Amino acid sequence: MTDDSAPLSQPSSKTDLFVTFTLLALQGFGGVLAIAQHVLCEQKRWLSREQFVEILAVGQVLPGPNICNVALMIGDRFFGWRGAFAALAGMMAVPAVLVLLLTMAYAEFATVPAVAGALKGMGAVSAGLISGTALKLIPALRRNPMGIPVCAVLGIATFSAVALLRWPLAWVLLGLGAAACVFAWTRLVAQAAETGPP
Amino acid sequence: MSAAFFSNELILLFGHFLLLSLLAIGGAITVAPDMHRVLVGEMGLLTDSQFSASIAIAQAAPGPNVLFVAVMGYQAAGLAGAAATMAGIMLPSTTLALAAARWSHTRREWRAVRAFKAGMAPLVIALMFATSWILTSETPGSRHMLLTVIAALFAWRTRIHLLWMIGAGAVIGGMGWV
Repeated sequence: MTDDSAPLSQPSSKTDLFVTFTLLALQGFGGVLAIAQHVLCEQKRWLSREQFVEILAVGQVLPGPNICNVALMIGDRFFGWRGAFAALAGMMAVPAVLVLLLTMAYAEFATVPAVAGALKGMGAVSAGLISGTALKLIPALRRNPMGIPVCAVLGIATFSAVALLRWPLAWVLLGLGAAACVFAWTRLVAQAAETGPP
Repeated sequence: MSAAFFSNELILLFGHFLLLSLLAIGGAITVAPDMHRVLVGEMGLLTDSQFSASIAIAQAAPGPNVLFVAVMGYQAAGLAGAAATMAGIMLPSTTLALAAARWSHTRREWRAVRAFKAGMAPLVIALMFATSWILTSETPGSRHMLLTVIAALFAWRTRIHLLWMIGAGAVIGGMGWV
């Protein structure tokens, strides 16, 4: 179920999971989502875009850091709970040490204008990378049973509610999300009726 | 400060973040206001500026943004504090995520599970645009927005490694152009 030509691959071991997620996390400035999609779907080919969006959907609805939930679920899928732990540990361990070291250095450098400017520039780019990743994932909606127009309406409504109106995410997911799931359900029922019983 | 008081404080920190974990739909940052209420207000462990610096530091460092919780714990009570807050925020949500992942994966052919994933897919993508928008619109000024748009187009249309773009952002920002 992928529209990229290269065949899917999988991690060779739990060490591979740990190392991949460590390297991935270390490249994620201002958030790991963009680089995770890049590494997992394009470089490593462990997941198709569709699978990435599906895992992210579960990760987004559950409480907790989305990207950590995603790491956990991917690790679990390939190597059970040990894989889940390896992926999550890879995501957290080295970056945690780095961020604490940075905390100790922060007080000294925060006031240097070049440092503050560099951080602002990096922040602006990482915000852009998240949008760029979202643009790349849009083709994953092509086979969505709700159809492109309904997906577009749902997407615009979600963006307006969360980004512009700043409604609490839990309510948006509960309201729009539930409506979308019910509609997707009716479309799947209709599809099943068209193609006849399996 | 006696040892008993200190460990008591750690247990309070751990317990509070344990509760917040299951409320953090959309990531730990969504419950930051409540962390502020407790850490800065009730317990008085952090100052206002330490609190906002925690979030800024974690944003600037590589790795998941949830590490801001470790920075807060560290500033409040050293390494033991960082361990207490991180364990608290992670344990419940990771356990739940693992259980949910298995439940939905073994039932992936069920119509309800397929409807959930199909229904949520456009919301998931829209939420990424929303995150991007919130990050860029909360920074004062407008020139960095242009940088954000250019970065988005490069990430979308090219296969240039994302680290090069981050590095370019650091240089452009460091020169004072944004």
